[in-house]
Amino acid sequence: MSATAIPVVRRPVWRRLIGFNMLTGLVLGIAGWFLGAWVGGQIAVGHDYLLGTDQNDVGAFVGYLFAVIGWLVGLGFANYPIGRLLGRPPTLRHHELGGWTRYFRLCTDHKVVGIQYLFGVGIFFFIGGLNAMLMRTELLRPIEKAWPSGQYLTLVGLHGTMMIMMTSAFILGPFGNYFVPLMIGARRMAFPRVEALTFWLTPAAGLILMSAIAFGGLPFGWTGYAPLAVEGRGGVDAYVTAFILIAISLTLVGLNLLVTIVTMRAPGMTWTRLPIFVWGVLATSVLMALAAPVLVATMTMVLMDRAANTSYFLASAGGSPYLYENLFWFFGHPEVYILALPGFGIVLEILPVFTRKPLWGYRLAVAGMVGVMLLSFMVWQHHLFVSGMNAGLRPFYMLTTELISIPTGFIFLNAMGTLWRAQIRFTVPMLFALAFFFNFLIGGLSGVFLSDVPSDVTTHGSYFVMAHFHYTIMGGLVFAFFGAVYYWLPKMLGVVLNETLAKIHFWLMFVFFNLTFMPLFAAGFLGMPRRVSAYAPHLQVLNDFVSVSAFVLGFSMLVFLANLVWSLVFARIPAAENPWASRGLEWQVPTPVPVENFERIPVIRSGPYEYGVPNAPAVADFTPAALPAAGS
Amino acid sequence: MTTAASAQIPRHGIRIVLIWLVLTAIAAPLIVFVLGPHLPPGNMTSEAGSQRDANVLLTALLVPIALLVVTFFVYSFVVFRNRTGGIVDGPPLFGDAGVQLLWIVLTGAIVLALAVWGSYTLIVSSHGAGGGQGPSPVDQPKGHEHALPVQVIAQQWEWTFRYPTYGGFESRDLAIPDNTLVAFHVTSLDITHSFWAYELGVKADAVPGVDDIAYVNARHTGFFQIRCAELCGLWHAHMAKKGRVLSLPAFQAWIKAAKQKNAVVQKYLAPYSDVYFPAPLRRAG
Ligand code: HEM
Ligand SMILES: [Cu+2]
Ligand SMILES: [Cu+2]
Repeated sequence: MSATAIPVVRRPVWRRLIGFNMLTGLVLGIAGWFLGAWVGGQIAVGHDYLLGTDQNDVGAFVGYLFAVIGWLVGLGFANYPIGRLLGRPPTLRHHELGGWTRYFRLCTDHKVVGIQYLFGVGIFFFIGGLNAMLMRTELLRPIEKAWPSGQYLTLVGLHGTMMIMMTSAFILGPFGNYFVPLMIGARRMAFPRVEALTFWLTPAAGLILMSAIAFGGLPFGWTGYAPLAVEGRGGVDAYVTAFILIAISLTLVGLNLLVTIVTMRAPGMTWTRLPIFVWGVLATSVLMALAAPVLVATMTMVLMDRAANTSYFLASAGGSPYLYENLFWFFGHPEVYILALPGFGIVLEILPVFTRKPLWGYRLAVAGMVGVMLLSFMVWQHHLFVSGMNAGLRPFYMLTTELISIPTGFIFLNAMGTLWRAQIRFTVPMLFALAFFFNFLIGGLSGVFLSDVPSDVTTHGSYFVMAHFHYTIMGGLVFAFFGAVYYWLPKMLGVVLNETLAKIHFWLMFVFFNLTFMPLFAAGFLGMPRRVSAYAPHLQVLNDFVSVSAFVLGFSMLVFLANLVWSLVFARIPAAENPWASRGLEWQVPTPVPVENFERIPVIRSGPYEYGVPNAPAVADFTPAALPAAGS
Repeated sequence: MTTAASAQIPRHGIRIVLIWLVLTAIAAPLIVFVLGPHLPPGNMTSEAGSQRDANVLLTALLVPIALLVVTFFVYSFVVFRNRTGGIVDGPPLFGDAGVQLLWIVLTGAIVLALAVWGSYTLIVSSHGAGGGQGPSPVDQPKGHEHALPVQVIAQQWEWTFRYPTYGGFESRDLAIPDNTLVAFHVTSLDITHSFWAYELGVKADAVPGVDDIAYVNARHTGFFQIRCAELCGLWHAHMAKKGRVLSLPAFQAWIKAAKQKNAVVQKYLAPYSDVYFPAPLRRAG
């Protein structure tokens, strides 16, 4: 292989800290922020958005802009374009080798990016979860005790925004990047440098979002409705910038995966042999590439309203709050399917392996995913049924919203058909996949209440909604995520996770997830609005029960963390190459996966789910004679 | 997996359906007769009643669907689990076109029926179901021209109410008469709030510069809770109040007293109007 031609340079640790890496990025990023804030202050000197305060939004935005530039330059994203301008030859290799430090640098190996994503997004997930614990502490009492209402609302905003931002890439980031090339028989993603960029924008967005705490918080929820947010304090600038960065990142993730899947499939990987997870990724990618840019535009308009005195959203100056609500949900509803479709892909990928049966109704599953993808652009005003806009269109949005349950129902039929007369093994990934269906069933059916306008008049803006979307996102996506973690981590990290701890994690999480969120449907029905730091005293028993359950739910995450640390750092039991006896292409490569993935591009011989088919050919031919060798 | 196994197929199906029928036969009456009367938001107004009917019907329809899926899953876990401990392949079933078609037709029929029924109740039988319909409502009850207008003004963080047919006086308390069609005109002075009168079954966003109309017809007298259902800054949780539905004579008396009580501030009020544009660029939150 030509890859071995480039020697791995061994340097002392202190020397390895200097260079283009995360540390340099952080230093340049912080320097950039101070420089930018100063420059911005000079541009708009004496120009406060809000008279009588010292808040200067131009300074804030230019500060964030320079910080992001500093961060990316420090990571080395400028090296390649500058090098090309200076006439150096293009190569990826030196980005892919180099021991453990490559996890803290710009690396174009899709497997490294996948693991970077796994830990990066995981860290933010835990911070978001911590916020949830702090919120539930407050809600033990019907009146503010633990946090003043402003801080409580900032916790809500931080928790919601952090979770939505990070879980958008929860599956496509780690598992999409790592496994899509392996599953379609490719050596890399279509745009490896873009792939690295998408990851490194994520921590920047996360850190900038958290900086809101220092500038007045973000007491307006994850939706940031105008005019409340437009008129808010400096935390809004952090929220806007973070959302713009994450939306750019999501757009690029979507485009990259889309191009990879369409153009880089191995010979014989026909559309009907494509693993269903890849179909899920494909459908999600389309949503990301089409919906996330709308968020960039919306947030830029908020930015303009704050920094350039435009008035897109200010009724007092001729703008319209409805404009924001429409733009936001035109992104926001496809977004919630960005949070659902990858989960469908994961669970349908896991089911055949542990039932030892083909995926039942493969084409129906694909149709379901594509159907959800298309319909998700036509329902956004169901978030606005009582807003007073377009009352005449309510039946239309009621219809389209309810129509989505048809393709979603396909996924359930696929699962039921696959379980039918199966040989079910209740491994940990399988438990998570099955729990997904239970949770998503409740999440989906509760959505029917919200789609029916008369019922929505009661439930809109209440804890019913909050229970509904936690059932779909946490009960759906997060359960699917953990299924994927237990299923694929042996391949990604090369170690076996402790099964007892994993089962404790599963049962605690499943039971206490339901005990936390099921009562919240009742809280909503009983008239408790969302985003409140105080509530009617008669709801206290219900809320205390929920809070205690939530703490146990939070504890179950610590069990997972302990398992990860134990298995990865102390036990280090090497994983078998294909511990689940799966037919998936990704399981046929060695562990750890070589940099080149496949020595030769494999030729696909049969579908990934042909369990029990008499004389089914092997999935792929890994040593086809006529095809080019690696690295050439 | 030849004849012996395939002879089992119909038995599994029939068993699952039987278990499901039993469960449904237990659950459905419980939902309709025991849980139903307690479902929100009660029966104080005809709008609240229509919402409760919707909630009862949806629960009674969706719980059996959930039961079917759960029964199937649990049955499979028990019957189709691998008992050998080793890895054994199941039968290679790739999907049955007839079953898939049946599923599509059934779910499609349910969904279309729901949408038609939802639209019917919204437009014809409940006239907007108490939801805010904006400045020019499309789903209007009979006699809406003679509805009693009550303006709801939201601001950070207080509700006030104006009665244009009684000289436009402004009050911090809300009372409406029973058996009278009331038209709430909801608007805001600063940012977006949402007027939620829980027992009345009314929810309408209060948007600056918008006159958001919702109709309600109270069936009997009593108290109702007022909440804000859209995050509006620091004290959003505390925009809570109690309102009252009074009999017509009691309402007339209340109006008289309230008018007198608020007479001092009358001359400082802005003249009554559908919307009041907010003072430019107030700070929020
Ligand atoms: C331990 C698990 C969790 C608990 C106890 C929890 C609890 C909460 C609470 C108390 C709120 C505030 C509700 C309100 O007042 O409106 C909230 C909001 C929210 N949560 Fe969670 N949550 C959890 C996990 C998650 C996960 C995994 C996600 C997404 C991936 C998520 C997404 C959200 C969103 C989007 C909001 C809305 C924020 C807003 O209103 O703007 N949560 N959660
Ligand atoms: Cu939506
Ligand atoms: Cu509010």
